[in-house]
Amino acid sequence: MTTTFAPLPTTASRSAAVASTTTESIVFAPTPQQAYLVRIGDTCLIHAQRLAEWSGHAPILEEDIALTNLALDLVGQARALLTHVGAQTGFDEDQLAFLRNERDFRNFTLAELPGRKAGRDFADAIVRNFLIAAWMNVLWEKLESSSDAEIAAIAGKAVKESRYHVAHAADWVVRLGDGTDESTRRTRQAVARLWPYAAELFETDAVDTAAAESGLGPLRVALQAGWQAIVEPVFAEAGLAIPAASAFRSTGSKGVHSEHMGYLLAEMQTLQRSFPGGVW
Amino acid sequence: MTASKTDIANAQAQAHEWPLWEVFVRPKAGLDHKHCGSLHAADSKMALQLAREVYTRRQEGISVWVVRSDQIVASDPADKAMLFDPMEDKVYRHPTFYELPPEVGHM
Amino acid sequence: MYTQAMDTAPKEERAAIRNADEVVAEQAFEAALDNEGFIEAKDWMPDHYRKTLVRQISQHAHSEIVGMLPEGNWITRAPTLKRKAILLAKVQDEAGHGLYLYAAGETLGTSRDQMLDALHTGKAKYSSIFNYPTLTWADVGVVGWLVDGAAIMNQIPLCRCSYAPYARAMVRVCREESFHQRQGYDALLTMMQKGTPAQRAMVQDATNRWWWPSLMMFGPPDDQSPNTAQSMRWGIKRITNDELRQKFVNAAVEQARILGVTLPDPDLKWNEARGEHDFGAIDWSEFWQVVNGDGPCNKERLAERVDAWNDGEWVREAALAHARKTAARAQKQAA
Repeated sequence: MTTTFAPLPTTASRSAAVASTTTESIVFAPTPQQAYLVRIGDTCLIHAQRLAEWSGHAPILEEDIALTNLALDLVGQARALLTHVGAQTGFDEDQLAFLRNERDFRNFTLAELPGRKAGRDFADAIVRNFLIAAWMNVLWEKLESSSDAEIAAIAGKAVKESRYHVAHAADWVVRLGDGTDESTRRTRQAVARLWPYAAELFETDAVDTAAAESGLGPLRVALQAGWQAIVEPVFAEAGLAIPAASAFRSTGSKGVHSEHMGYLLAEMQTLQRSFPGGVW
Repeated sequence: MTASKTDIANAQAQAHEWPLWEVFVRPKAGLDHKHCGSLHAADSKMALQLAREVYTRRQEGISVWVVRSDQIVASDPADKAMLFDPMEDKVYRHPTFYELPPEVGHM
Repeated sequence: MYTQAMDTAPKEERAAIRNADEVVAEQAFEAALDNEGFIEAKDWMPDHYRKTLVRQISQHAHSEIVGMLPEGNWITRAPTLKRKAILLAKVQDEAGHGLYLYAAGETLGTSRDQMLDALHTGKAKYSSIFNYPTLTWADVGVVGWLVDGAAIMNQIPLCRCSYAPYARAMVRVCREESFHQRQGYDALLTMMQKGTPAQRAMVQDATNRWWWPSLMMFGPPDDQSPNTAQSMRWGIKRITNDELRQKFVNAAVEQARILGVTLPDPDLKWNEARGEHDFGAIDWSEFWQVVNGDGPCNKERLAERVDAWNDGEWVREAALAHARKTAARAQKQAA
């Protein structure tokens, strides 16, 4: 028995139908310096997006408020950076956040990894916070002397916020690492799962060298010693071993993300995509 | 006074509960710390951090004190009359009690 | 509003006065109420007053934290970075309000854990409005406009509640609350005035679904609220359900007109003689259905709160364990 299907729409008719109901992606072609800033801004934004999943679900009300403050700081930092890059490229912060293709996002993969909604626990959130906050802290300190005056100004404000983020995360890493047997077990699992993604934070590529050469900001590898100086004592106090280095390298900073990024962006971008011409 | 069953149950429950802390915030340089509420925290470092998150989000303060609630010693309201009424008739302690001639100016 | 189910709670008998000290203390209590004075945490108070306040304050606190969920639902999907930040801050404020209120409740001899346990086991209620779903982004704006608007009307009189710790918590809450209504209304105004037809349709749809539940927030009609007289005397309710509801309608009609949305009530019309807006009959069967646990989201909301609490148990234990270890080490060093 054969079933008759209606003819498939042709490319022309399909494009016409689609164009009126979704917003297409912008064409984003940053210079290496712009890409350098976008890496930082995107990492802040995507990390904030995962942190925001904890709103209303933290282990205790006080901590709910604290985590949301972290998310708000990060959204603020993302907005400052994306607005700055946007001004140079003819886009606003929202076009960059909501209308870029996945391949044009340059956050570290560490930030996009599944969070609370996918069943990850508070130890995962805390260890991730700590590794990223320590990196941001060392970076912001160096960016205070950026050749880009606007970036230096943004860094001046952000470094104060990031000091607090490091302190908050470090205290929790110690509490959980050196708390109960269960918390120790969960923290070690989180470290084992997340540590391989930290290597990406210290790679070098053409974007880094361009930024370093122009004085915009440091090579990622220049942040490593400072980062270790923050992370290692806290891990020691928490009774956590530093995992051995592996050959694994995540590549989000190059725009090639994990399988999780597609879902994250689908959720984050849905309204702008489905309401073409919308004003919010 | 022997502990009642409820007291024991409460103590046991409290063993699992983060202690309660009272929070005092100094809103501006030169002013006193003012009590603004309480929160639960596991230790004093956390209490200080959380006080900052909960009670100074709108730039309400420049200095924060936290005290464990069970460390606060308070006067008994039943003793209000005994402790505070005698202050009422010693109005000579208040500057407004004294009427100075206007020529003295501000004092 | 936070006492929606209290009107049907079993009536509690006043304990018999036992001795002369209590008689004196009770006279002081009544005199304080007569003179619009305040009752503080350590003052003598009738048992029934204490129990009623614990119930009202804790249900108010539960409403705040459950209220984080319908709006929190949209944080990851907020359509601009500014709206994302605003919504994060608003939901955070609600956590803060819950916290201030739990703190006020704790001054009455109960603990945060006990209050939460009552919520989790279904013994305590929260405002029924939060059992409705936020299906679109416009719902977030309408919740700010109507639900926070209703809450503000209810909360301002509570700033003069006789129980001072509750009154002080309410002062703090009210200071932060007007931002909540404004951000919602602003989001709607933007969509209605500058948005697309699809956005305007979304706003009208959200209004259609939230209007009647918002009216129900104020609780049953006065002639079905037997505890009102007692609550008025104690200063924990200063304006009746119907009076507040009428005030709310009067304000909302004008706000709706400015927005350009139609309120879904064909009987809504200005009554010149009364100087107020007449409005249609509320379907109280829907209200009772929701209050009794069979609304659209009751089970989900409670499950989320219970899960968050249970999932966080190991974290709270770890923090305590670490604090004890640290204290023990410090003692050992000092020795």
